[in-house]
Amino acid sequence: MNRPEHPISSAGTGRPRSFTSNRGLCQEEGLIFEIGRPDVSGVDIDEPAPFEMRLGGLEREEPIGLPGLSEPEAMRHYVRLSQKNYSIDAGLYPLGSCTMKHNPRLNESMARLPGFGDIHPLQPESTVAGALELIAELSRWLMEMTGMPAVAMSPKAGAHGEACGMMAIKAAIAARGESATRRIVLVPESAHGTNPASAALVGFATRTVPCGPDGRVDLAALKSLLGPDVAAIMLTNPNTCGLFESDIVAIAEAMHAVGAYFYCDGANFNAIVGKTRPGDLGVDAMHINLHKTFSTPHGGGGPGAGPVVLSARLAPFAPVPFLREGESGLRLVEHVEADSQSFGRMAAFHGQMGMFVRALSYMMSHGADGLRQASEDAVLSANYIRASLSDLMTQPFGDQPCMHEVLFDDAWLKPTGLSTLDFAKAMIDEGYHPMTIYFPLVAHGAMLIEPTESESKASLDLFIATLRDLAFSAFDGAFDRFVGAPYHAPRRRLDETRAARNPILKWSAPTQDV
Amino acid sequence: MRYLPLNSEDRSEMLARIGVDSIDALFSSIPEANRLSRDLDLPLRRSEMETQRLLAAMAAKNMPAGSAPFFIGAGAYKHHIPASVDHLIQRSEFLTSYTPYQPEISQGTLQAIFEFQTQVAALTAMDVANASMYDGSTATMEAVLMAHRVTKRRKAVLSGGLHPHYAEVVRTVSKMTDNDALSLPPDVFAAEDLAAEVDEETSCVVVQTPDAFGNLRDLSALAAACKEHGALLIAVFTEAISLGLVKPPGAMGADIVVGEGQSIGNGLNFGGPYVGLFATRQKYLRQMPGRLCGETVDADGRRGFVLTLSTREQHIKRDKATSSICTNAGLCCLAFTMHLTLLGEAGLRQLARVNHANAVDLAGRFAQIYGVEVLNRSFFNEFTVRVPGPAAEIVEHLAQKGILGGVPASRLWPGEDLDDLMIVASSEINTDEDRAAFASALRGIA
Ligand SMILES: Cc1ncc(COP(=O)(O)O)c(C=O)c1O
Repeated sequence: MNRPEHPISSAGTGRPRSFTSNRGLCQEEGLIFEIGRPDVSGVDIDEPAPFEMRLGGLEREEPIGLPGLSEPEAMRHYVRLSQKNYSIDAGLYPLGSCTMKHNPRLNESMARLPGFGDIHPLQPESTVAGALELIAELSRWLMEMTGMPAVAMSPKAGAHGEACGMMAIKAAIAARGESATRRIVLVPESAHGTNPASAALVGFATRTVPCGPDGRVDLAALKSLLGPDVAAIMLTNPNTCGLFESDIVAIAEAMHAVGAYFYCDGANFNAIVGKTRPGDLGVDAMHINLHKTFSTPHGGGGPGAGPVVLSARLAPFAPVPFLREGESGLRLVEHVEADSQSFGRMAAFHGQMGMFVRALSYMMSHGADGLRQASEDAVLSANYIRASLSDLMTQPFGDQPCMHEVLFDDAWLKPTGLSTLDFAKAMIDEGYHPMTIYFPLVAHGAMLIEPTESESKASLDLFIATLRDLAFSAFDGAFDRFVGAPYHAPRRRLDETRAARNPILKWSAPTQDV
Repeated sequence: MRYLPLNSEDRSEMLARIGVDSIDALFSSIPEANRLSRDLDLPLRRSEMETQRLLAAMAAKNMPAGSAPFFIGAGAYKHHIPASVDHLIQRSEFLTSYTPYQPEISQGTLQAIFEFQTQVAALTAMDVANASMYDGSTATMEAVLMAHRVTKRRKAVLSGGLHPHYAEVVRTVSKMTDNDALSLPPDVFAAEDLAAEVDEETSCVVVQTPDAFGNLRDLSALAAACKEHGALLIAVFTEAISLGLVKPPGAMGADIVVGEGQSIGNGLNFGGPYVGLFATRQKYLRQMPGRLCGETVDADGRRGFVLTLSTREQHIKRDKATSSICTNAGLCCLAFTMHLTLLGEAGLRQLARVNHANAVDLAGRFAQIYGVEVLNRSFFNEFTVRVPGPAAEIVEHLAQKGILGGVPASRLWPGEDLDDLMIVASSEINTDEDRAAFASALRGIA
């Protein structure tokens, strides 16, 4: 392997062959290790004046193995790579649970103001008053939206926020002297994988709560699991089936009655902003994915930010750093003080400032009215899709109003012999990113569609018409449209089994082969 | 609202298709009593211009690094980033895409990750690197947990030269999981005897080079001691540019190398988002945290890339996963690989030399100031000085004179009697005039 592409064969396609493997605007692009050279640089750096090194004899002598590209070569390399990516700016991106909404560019330019983007986390506090003010202001918005009295700002993504909440709960349990006995965290069947992983990271054992026939936690089953050994529940609300957990108050009361805490996974908070508040429902801790609900861009996998709002019961255990209002204004508390119950530190420095600026810019732009409208439009659009497809596609928990995302299963595909994966890959040929597939695990062959509030009605109508056309094709037995798909993407279906069986995780110089 | 495409006519038509008469009908699964019956107590929508004005006013209360002679490091470093990097990462196809779960339409991100993994492995001189962690501190914590899994032991020994925030992140998780984390006292002179702390119960030793006081450390002897006792050596760095000039941890016997990649491609951003680098030996591959990108072929036999070995990860393994990380540092990792590709081997080496030269020059100037003492025997672009009086006050004075001059050690290690120490960094961004101004201001205060 590690060789450039094979020329695309023209056999059977009825099209002329391509000498370069390029197809018009879709250009093939080698690896930097194939096109770059170690002595080329796209950055001009002057030779320093002669000086005496003070490395204590630890100089790096061996070649490192890094190719360089001049600036024009680098531009072309990355622009060509970018053209092989789908993006929200280019089309509807209906990944359920991921909330691929529009990313306003104002937020990008605000984060790049030198007063935010070019300040050091350890500058004297007197030189960063505006940064502290921004964090305080964002905290205020988050607390009002959630109805919670405190917020820990340092977690770096949703999963990190989960760990933060679990640590606060663990510290609270320790303060009650119950560390030895309360070790179980309940996690519903439909939960995201990060939930049990985060609970385990913090040293809890997890137990699964079954899902009832309506797609919500089975309250009776949950109650039967409760006891003095239970530390908490991690419940996503709205849940990963796109449904609001209507029993949430009863669940909170049941947890509190046995001395346990209620962690809410707030990944789907975007459905309910301005409609209901977790703090009014009995939640003790909830992370908010700023990179979902508040539109900080996903960037092909990150970065995110996962602030955690906390109830009064858990607030004393919040990690450092946090802000304290003093006589001379806001002050950063960076170390656990002697009389404090803070559980410690989640990460170096003060959190994802770059994401904070973007999120606050988004919130200020929307305002209280716009944020509620965004939630309503997201829910409206998801239900519009549901109502427009429910005659063809099956829903695991019956046809009922959903929140910001609608969940289908693969029962309707059964007679066609096609899989959820086949259906998803055929969407690619129609110019769409597939929905989230095979998650949540409670639905067989799950297809979770989240359109967000960013789509026009025309865009939703075309998406719906496309899925209907694909569904009819599937019913008609047009197998080729699915099993060979995608045909029109930069790559055909990729062999994931091969990648895992013989992992090639970095480039290595080709051995001479003929 | 400028971001919302639906108008009231659309909304009515959509409600009609759904078959309900109001939007509230769609929220009926929220019990009536639990619905918010008032407006949020927050301001109403604002135009782009108004939002910009308010945020710019907040930004104006801060003193940007670029507005002053700047010498602050201690885990985050200001370097020049080529203009093309920020332009490229803001391309819609990179900025507004998700994690590459559908590889056929995510080859751009995937190939960049594959190149990133190769670059990180080369820089650290290790076999394999992952697709990034949140930052250097959480990567260090993950490395310790990984060492516990590999060795089936529970005690980590943390060097006194480890960045104190990193040490505290490790200690916090250790406390939660009933593991031991033995932190050695602050080690200003890199004089501690870590090898003496390693025994049959030790899972790993965590040591930083350049360390938090700027000292360079030869890890070879420590690596041998670890090996002898079946412990893993975890090497940490916070200044990735150092790897262009200084012997890499992989060449000194480290088993896991983690670090902060912010220096390459990423701005200061008041501490985040940054990018955690994570590399290890091939034999520990399956215990690694985080995403991995691997090479494969498509149905036409053409080379392509996919996320792979995900049976280690939370979405498959749930509570048995090697980590809970999902969203990582994607775009920061992209900026890193772009900047490093622009530098190339020659550029990185030259950049590292300039950093070292500037720091050597600054140390030379400080050596001539009466009452100021440079404490390091070796360093890369950062070192520790003893100043006459509390460093916190000196740093504050310097700021008032328009110089961002260093980090008082007491801010990182409060209550450890390090009040008269200041950690100072100098990179390629400092001119001769900057360093002269710093030295002269310090002479005036000291
Ligand atoms: C329901 C749910 N919970 C938790 C997470 C984890 O969030 P993050 O990826 O920010 O760590 C996600 C998203 O990936 C999610 O969809």
